[in-house]
Amino acid sequence: MTSEVDQVEAVGDGSDGPLGRQGPSAPRRAKPIRRLDRVIIRFAGDSGDGMQLTGDRFTSETASFGNDLSTLPNFPAEIRAPAGTLPGVSSFQLHFADHDILTPGDAPNVLVAMNPAALKANIADLPRGAEIIVNTDEFTKRALSKVGYALDPLSDGSLEAYHLHKVPLTTLTLEALKESGLARKDAERAKNMFALGLLSWMYHRPTHGTEGFLRQKFAKRPEIAEANISAFRAGWNFGETTEDFAVSYEIPPARLPAGRYRNISGNLALSYGLIAASRRSGLPLFLGSYPITPASDILHELSKHKNFGVRTFQAEDEIAGVGAALGAAFGGALGVTTTSGPGVALKSETIGLAVSLELPLLVVDIQRGGPSTGLPTKTEQADLLQAMFGRNGEAPVPIVAPATPAECFAAALEAARIAVTYRTPVLLLSDGYLANGSEPWLIPEVDELPEIKPGFATGPNTPDGSFWPYLRDPQTLARPWAVPGTPGLEHRIGGIEKQDGTGNISYDPANHDLMVRTRQAKVDGVAVPPLEVDDPDKLARVLVLGWGSTYGPITAAVRRLRADGAHIAQAHLRHLNPFPANLGAVLGSYERVIVPEMNLGQLALLLRAKYLVDAQSYNQVRGLPFKAQQLADVLWAAIGTLEGNDGDE
Amino acid sequence: MSDQHAFPSLSLVPKAQAAQSAKDFKTDQEVRWCPGCGDYAILAAVQAFMPELGIRRENTVFVSGIGCSSRFPYYMNTYGMHSIHGRAPAIATGLAASRADLSVWVVTGDGDALSIGGNHLIHALRRNVNLKILLFNNRIYGLTKGQYSPTSELGKITKSTPMGSLDAPFNPLSLAIGAEATFVARTIDSDRKHLQSVLRAAAEHRGTALVEIYQNCNIFNDGAFEVLKDATTAQRALIRLEHGRPIRFGPDLGEGVFRDALTGELHTAPVTPDNEDRVLVHDAHAPNPVTAFGLSRLADNDTLHHTPIGVLRSVERPVYDTLMAEQLATAVEQRGEGDLATLLAGADTWTVE
Repeated sequence: MTSEVDQVEAVGDGSDGPLGRQGPSAPRRAKPIRRLDRVIIRFAGDSGDGMQLTGDRFTSETASFGNDLSTLPNFPAEIRAPAGTLPGVSSFQLHFADHDILTPGDAPNVLVAMNPAALKANIADLPRGAEIIVNTDEFTKRALSKVGYALDPLSDGSLEAYHLHKVPLTTLTLEALKESGLARKDAERAKNMFALGLLSWMYHRPTHGTEGFLRQKFAKRPEIAEANISAFRAGWNFGETTEDFAVSYEIPPARLPAGRYRNISGNLALSYGLIAASRRSGLPLFLGSYPITPASDILHELSKHKNFGVRTFQAEDEIAGVGAALGAAFGGALGVTTTSGPGVALKSETIGLAVSLELPLLVVDIQRGGPSTGLPTKTEQADLLQAMFGRNGEAPVPIVAPATPAECFAAALEAARIAVTYRTPVLLLSDGYLANGSEPWLIPEVDELPEIKPGFATGPNTPDGSFWPYLRDPQTLARPWAVPGTPGLEHRIGGIEKQDGTGNISYDPANHDLMVRTRQAKVDGVAVPPLEVDDPDKLARVLVLGWGSTYGPITAAVRRLRADGAHIAQAHLRHLNPFPANLGAVLGSYERVIVPEMNLGQLALLLRAKYLVDAQSYNQVRGLPFKAQQLADVLWAAIGTLEGNDGDE
Repeated sequence: MSDQHAFPSLSLVPKAQAAQSAKDFKTDQEVRWCPGCGDYAILAAVQAFMPELGIRRENTVFVSGIGCSSRFPYYMNTYGMHSIHGRAPAIATGLAASRADLSVWVVTGDGDALSIGGNHLIHALRRNVNLKILLFNNRIYGLTKGQYSPTSELGKITKSTPMGSLDAPFNPLSLAIGAEATFVARTIDSDRKHLQSVLRAAAEHRGTALVEIYQNCNIFNDGAFEVLKDATTAQRALIRLEHGRPIRFGPDLGEGVFRDALTGELHTAPVTPDNEDRVLVHDAHAPNPVTAFGLSRLADNDTLHHTPIGVLRSVERPVYDTLMAEQLATAVEQRGEGDLATLLAGADTWTVE
C-alpha cells in the first residue's frame, strides 16, 4: 500500500485512450493520461461562488468512482461576506486516493481560484509545482487592489514556481450559455459548474451523477438546470480540447475492505446514529434543539425523518431545548439535545438536573472555536473540560468522542447505550471538522447494530409493595426508569438531594455524601472497551495519544514516521469519561507520551491529574485541523530527544 | 355513557378504573410550607378537584420549577418533577409533546414564571402546548426570603429594595394575552369554589391554559390580596366574570363595565336605567383578544380595585402536540414507516468486492 509520505507524483505514464469508468456523456479521450496514487484539490472563491456545492459534487463523483477520500470545507461565518475580500473567501479541500487515507491533506496539489482574493488567501498553502487554475476574468485592477495586489500576480512572475492555468472561466461560461436565453447574471453563476467540469475531465470523474443532481436540484427551473449542465459539459470539453491542459490524471479506485459504501459527513452520520439508537432501543426519538453552527444540520436532518417517529422541537432557546429533551426522557423517550459550546454552557444547569434525576439524556456538542462566539464555523476541541466539569456540584457525566466523520454514527449509538443503561446524561463531543468533513462509510447491517435495552420499571420493587425510584441495580448502579402511565409507580423526582432508595427529599449529611459518591461510582463504573494500542513492532518508546478528530492527522503522521523506520505507538481515546480501565497501564509502559490537541492541553491535564504521568501537550487552536507533516515533525523530535538523551547517558 | 370522558379535552388520557377521592392524590410527604400559607388552600382545592377529571392518576404529571409553590408536586400522588428555576414550561413541553396520553400540569410562581422563566412561559403560550399552568402569584419572593418580584408594585419596600422598588411590574394576564395565550383566567387561593370552577374550565380547554392564582404569603407579603378577600371591600373591588353575562359588580351589582365608544377602552361606571343595555357582556370566546386584554388592564395595580376574576379568554386554536403528532402520521402516510437499512444506504452507494 502506498504511504502518505511523499507529495503526490505521477507514477508512470499510464495508457492512452479511454478509461473504463467515465460518464456516459464523456467523449473519447485524445490526450495522454497519467496515473497518480492521490491528489489534493482545493476549490476557493467568494462565499457566493458556490464553492461548497462544487466541492460536494466533486466529492460525490469521487466517492461513486470508489476512491478513498477526506474533505475539509472551510467557510466564513458571514452568509455573504463582502464580495472579493479575503474574509469572504470560502474553500473546499478534497483529498482522494487509490488507498486508505486519513486526512483532507496538508497542502493542495491543485488550487482552483475563482478570484484574486481566493488566490491570495490560499497561495501560502501551496507547495512549489502545484497547479493553479485561475479565473482570469476576475483579475481586474479593482479586484486586485481590493486584496492588496499592487501588481497582477498572473503576469508579474510571482507564480513562476507553480504550474499556472489561466482560464477565463466567466467568459467561457457565458459563451457556452449564449443560446440559453438566460440573463447574463444568471448565466455567470454557472461558472462554478464550468470549473467542476474542467476538474472532472482532469481527474476522470464520472459525470452522470452531477447531471442528475443538477436536474433534481433545479427541477422547478429546468432552464437553470440545463444551463448548469451545459456549463459543466463545456468545462469538460474545454479540458479535452484546449492545449493548456496537456494531460489528465487517473487515480484508480481504492482497495478498501469489501462491502457497500456511501460517502457521509459527521453530522449526517450522527443523525443516522440517533435514529438507529431509537430503533435499536424501541424508544421514540425526541430532539430538543436551538439552531447553532455547526450543529444545526443535525436538527435539519432529523426533522426530515418524521416517518421514523422522530419528534424535533426547535425550542425558544438552548435551555428549553435540553429541558424539553429531559421532559421527553421522563416520559420514556430517547431525549437528545444538539448544540455547540456556547449552548452547552447554557444547558449546564439542566444537565446537572439530569445527573440528579438520573434520567437518560444525550447532549451532543459539535465543538467550535471559543470562548464566547469565538470562531463559529471553525473547529476546536476546547470543550472537553466543560463537558467534564462544567456544572455546579459534583456532577459527573460520561463522555464519548468519535474520531472520524463516519465514526459519528457508532458514537451516537454508544452514547445512547450508556445513557439508557446507566440512566445518565451523556456528552457526545464531535467538532466542526468531523461535522462537515466527509469520508466513505462501510454501510453497516442493521441487524448487527448493538441492541439497547430500556428495561422500564413495571411494578413495585420493595417487599412491602411500594416503589422506590432510587433503589439501584447492584451491577450498574442505575435506578429504575418508571415512566408516567405505569400504574402503582407514581413518584416524584427533583433536583433537591434525595434519600438513597426512597428518593424522598433528604438534607441528611451522610446521605448526601453517599449520594454524591454513588453518582460518581456509577459513572466511573460505566463499561467501556479497553484502549487499543497500535504498536506493531513493540519497540516504541514514545506513545502518541489523541482523542476526537485529531485521529486522522495523528495516524497519517504515525504512518509517515513508520515508513521512515521510526518506532512509535499510537492510541486514540473514544471514551473520555470514564477512561478505559487499561489507560493507566498503557501510559506507564512508554517513556514519553505526546498528546496533540486542538486546545491548550485539556486531555493532558486530565491524564496528568489522574495518572501522575508526564504527558506532554502539543497544541494548536487555529480553527483548523493539524497537518500530518506538522505532527510528524513533532513526533520525530520527541523520538529524537529520547535517543539523544540515551547518547548523553 | 360511562365510556365517555368527563372532560372531552382529555379523551386521549386513559380513564380511571374506579372512582377517586381527594385522599388518593395526597402523598405521605410532610407538607412544609409556612403555617398559614395560601399554598395549603390551593393544594387542598386541587387534590379535591382532581377526581373530577376521571382519568388515571398514573397518567397525571405535575411539573414545577423552583420556589415555594414549586414544592407542589411532592404533595401530589401522581407522577411529578420538581425541576429548575423557570424551566418547568420547557420541560413540560417536551413531556406533553411526546405523550398525548398524559394530563400535564405546571405549577409555578411569579418569580419562577415571569422573571427567570419568562421566555419559556411566553413560548409555551404561543405554541399552545397541552399544559395547564397554575401561576401562584404572591407578588414577592418567598423562598429566598422576601425580595420584590416582577409582580410587586412600584416602590415596594423589600429586603433588596429598602428605598422602594424601581421596577414597573408585569401584569401576568396582559402578558399572557400578548403572548397569544388561548386560555387566560384568574382566581384566588381562599375562594375554593371559584378556584375549582376555574380549574374545571382550564381542564376543559384544549391547549395551554394559564391560571393566575392570587396567593397570600403570610410571611413576606401578608394581606396583599386582602381587599379582594374581605367581604366588604371585595364587593367593590372584585369583578366576577361569567361568560355571556353582563359584567356587573358592587353592592346590588350597581356598577358595570362599559366600553368607550370613541377609544374602545373599558371603564367602570354606575349602572343606570339609561346605560343598562350598554353594560359589556362578557364573551370569553371572542376570537379577538382586545376585550380580554382590556379586562386584564381594568384593575388598579396598587389598590387592586376592579380586579376581574374568572375566565378572561378561552378560544380554540390547534394544539401544538396534536399538530406534531399529525405531522408524524402524515409522514408515515406519505412515505411509509421509515426503513433503517434504506435510510443508511441512501441513494449513492458503491460496492467494493
